[in-house]
Amino acid sequence: MRDPASITGKTLTVAEHTELLVIGAGPAGLAAAIEAARLGLKVVLVDEHPVPFDAMAEDIPLLFGGRMSGAVRNRSAMTDACIASDSMIEAAFDAGVDLRLGTLCWGVFANGPAVGWLPGPVAGLADPDRSWMIGAARMIVCAGRRDMGLAFPGWELPGVMGMVAAERLAARYGALDARCAVVLGSTTDALDGALRLRDAGVRIAAIIEVAPAPLDPAAANRGFELLCGHVVRRAEGTDGVRQLVVSPRDAPDREREIACDTVIVGVAAVPVVELLDAAGCQMAFSPERGGHVPVLDADQRTTLPHLLAAGDCAGIWPAKSRDPNIAREEGRRAARQPLPQSGRGRREAAGEGAAAAHSESSTQQEQEQGSVGTASPSTLSRLDLSRAAGEVILDWVRATVIDAAGEPYVCRCEEVTARDILEVRPPRYLGWTSDHRNRRDLASLLGAGAPNPDQVKRLTRAGMGVCQGRRCREQVAALLALGAGVGLGEVPLATHRAPVRPLPLRLAAQPESPEMAAHWDTWFGMASQYVPFWDAPRHHVAADRPVRSNTDPE
Amino acid sequence: MSVPTSASVVIVGGGATGLSAGWWLAREGIDVVVLDKGIVGWEASGRNGGGCSHHFSPLFREEQRLWPLMDELLGYPTEFQPNRIRVAFDPAQLALYGEAKRNAERQGFATDLLDPRQVRELVPLAAEATAGGYFYRFGGHANPHRTVQAYAWAMQDSGGQVLQHTEVAGFERSGNRVTAVRTSRGTIGCEHVVLAAGPQTSRLAGMLGVDVPMVAARAEMIVTEPLPLMPIGGVDGNGLYGRQTLRGSLAYGGGPHEWLDEPATQRPSTPLMGNIAGRLARLFPKAAHARVIRSWAGIIENTPDGRPVIDRLASPENVVVATLSSIGFGLSPATGHAIRDLVVDGVCGFADLSSFRLDRFARLEKDWIDIQGWKPC
Repeated sequence: MRDPASITGKTLTVAEHTELLVIGAGPAGLAAAIEAARLGLKVVLVDEHPVPFDAMAEDIPLLFGGRMSGAVRNRSAMTDACIASDSMIEAAFDAGVDLRLGTLCWGVFANGPAVGWLPGPVAGLADPDRSWMIGAARMIVCAGRRDMGLAFPGWELPGVMGMVAAERLAARYGALDARCAVVLGSTTDALDGALRLRDAGVRIAAIIEVAPAPLDPAAANRGFELLCGHVVRRAEGTDGVRQLVVSPRDAPDREREIACDTVIVGVAAVPVVELLDAAGCQMAFSPERGGHVPVLDADQRTTLPHLLAAGDCAGIWPAKSRDPNIAREEGRRAARQPLPQSGRGRREAAGEGAAAAHSESSTQQEQEQGSVGTASPSTLSRLDLSRAAGEVILDWVRATVIDAAGEPYVCRCEEVTARDILEVRPPRYLGWTSDHRNRRDLASLLGAGAPNPDQVKRLTRAGMGVCQGRRCREQVAALLALGAGVGLGEVPLATHRAPVRPLPLRLAAQPESPEMAAHWDTWFGMASQYVPFWDAPRHHVAADRPVRSNTDPE
Repeated sequence: MSVPTSASVVIVGGGATGLSAGWWLAREGIDVVVLDKGIVGWEASGRNGGGCSHHFSPLFREEQRLWPLMDELLGYPTEFQPNRIRVAFDPAQLALYGEAKRNAERQGFATDLLDPRQVRELVPLAAEATAGGYFYRFGGHANPHRTVQAYAWAMQDSGGQVLQHTEVAGFERSGNRVTAVRTSRGTIGCEHVVLAAGPQTSRLAGMLGVDVPMVAARAEMIVTEPLPLMPIGGVDGNGLYGRQTLRGSLAYGGGPHEWLDEPATQRPSTPLMGNIAGRLARLFPKAAHARVIRSWAGIIENTPDGRPVIDRLASPENVVVATLSSIGFGLSPATGHAIRDLVVDGVCGFADLSSFRLDRFARLEKDWIDIQGWKPC
């Protein structure tokens, strides 16, 4: 027999099926979808843009900083703008791709070591009106990049935004409401972004870099005012940024005010790995690929058999940022992989085959790097590597966040400061004032291991707010690394969880199948668990156990 | 932190049960070390509804006595909030939730039946049309993450040690006693051992030749963005358990569990999230706009009858086994006290733990897992 209260025998309502689901319609996703359609596959391609205004106002999914123009409220106009922004979108429609804009993917699921009840790989999709499950034999995640947030006094003001968000608003929506901006960061990505924004009509008042020299040596030739060895003291303004106050790093008193309406954080572009991590792909910290990225073989396959990754979410490096053909080629390569055997069982899904393929293909990848050149980040010089994601982030957080004068909230949703994180303080809403004898701090949590951001977030709530940590998670990790005196790569990736976008209960609600409704129980539905102890039998014999559904624990 | 060469008591498992036991022992000046293969409170102790209302347990009275004192006793916040409301949507649910009334009254705790109007008054987010509910003048809820860390810190304040990232490799025995615990970081001599390792308890007991029957399962929860605080946060029903946290978030779980072959290291959540969300939107229609921001799963062990095993073994005679069988967090203040008694006094001085004895499974069928259907999909 089977336990009627268990998931065994329950079915998931799957609204539609496709052969390939591609998530994200940037260069990689579009190329993947078009290639797969040409190969005769049934392809659904979703992209969350245009994002509703209300979500943008909360920096979801990018650090928009309130700098989207009112045009964003017109959803159909924004859909048209998104379609017009990339000729490959039209090409995708022509190729027969089922392309859905304004549709987000909030989770990717499949059977695996601890899940066996799903009918196969499925993904949760949502638009502003509903959410539903789609089944797909294979999925390619092309979720792109986002901005690292950076806390300084005033960073909550409208006008403090990210480079990815600024470029997205300018290029895809035609709705960037910024006239004069200061850019933070001098990486190749930051400088290229500043150039494109200047071309789009934004005056770049200055570029600020904490390091003594620009991270991209070509920065000096771009015609920007470059302030290296400088830190941000604060942004000032009332209903938005009016000026940014900076100073030399070693001379805090020599403040300089720079008039601007926008501050663009371009410190680090971060691969958007939330779907991949939440799905259970093996991840690795790879500074030359921009931080935590999925472990991939040379064919863009993750360690899960149904899931591939391409484009910026698979790794960001300067040459790739400059040449979208690298991302496109990754997408096409992913699209060409044969569909996996349909695997319902947990054993198959656990993917012994995929693991073996990974060990084989590592050599393949090394060989390939020699011929393809810029298709992989290994062409970076050692100097670039030393300045890659990890060190840059630590340097900015050390100079800007830890040394900030006014203790800005690093986690704005939950109002948690850098000191709160380093001292592992309980959140303010508890009103906890303890004269307790032992002061608790990060060291008291560490034990033998590196600091774990999940442990710290449970105690401080940093990263647990409605922005789902997108504004603060790199800062929190950097603070823990600095606090513990370890490298950024030693701090584990704080876990991502579905839904990777906030989803209203009424939208998230899925149909309850009759068999699920009939046996839905608060807890394990085990009658013997709730027989009061004074009535408990001396022995438990399985055949004689009391059986009743809809029991209840408390 | 270096590994000590010996301790009076070595506790295996840094969850709510093991840490509470460690705290109870340490506060009496007993030299105690708690080992965890990972980080404290990482498994089911950190992934539960936080409920503290277990009226069917012999530890209920002690659970009720201790919770209001825990912030003070531990010196760190647990977010404990008293009382509980259960909202029913049909007569079957109402009858079910009423069973607590009989159990609680027998032990001296009061329960009020609520009509739908009273439900609406007490629970601002609740539906207009319910079948009524119950107000339990006992129980409550606390924050599992904060409480587990509070146990660890309070134990350390009293001289106890926590060793994270320390796995048990085996035990050394002499006669009828365990004399040392071999770990991944060295051997620790001991006078007593407590096995309180959740789903790992069975495997560890097996190293001592002791059979503790259990099966692990996966269960899921969701949490929403914060909402204005209701006067009583401990409101559940409609087949869900959970609470509104002091931050204002709705943290709820319920519905089907998934049995596993063995305790998994991964804890994936699934689209069951959408079913829990649907139940929660019906329970609190005025919160239907609230956004789900996380879902998660926990791996939880269950004994064949779902009751805890808290027992001092006959052989080896200096070992206490403690598995709470999926209901460990809320009882943990009392559980730690009971384990302290078993270690120090050999018998629990405040409650009758006979229903928690391991030998109740002496007549258990070999194929009990098949009979009960506790099999993976």
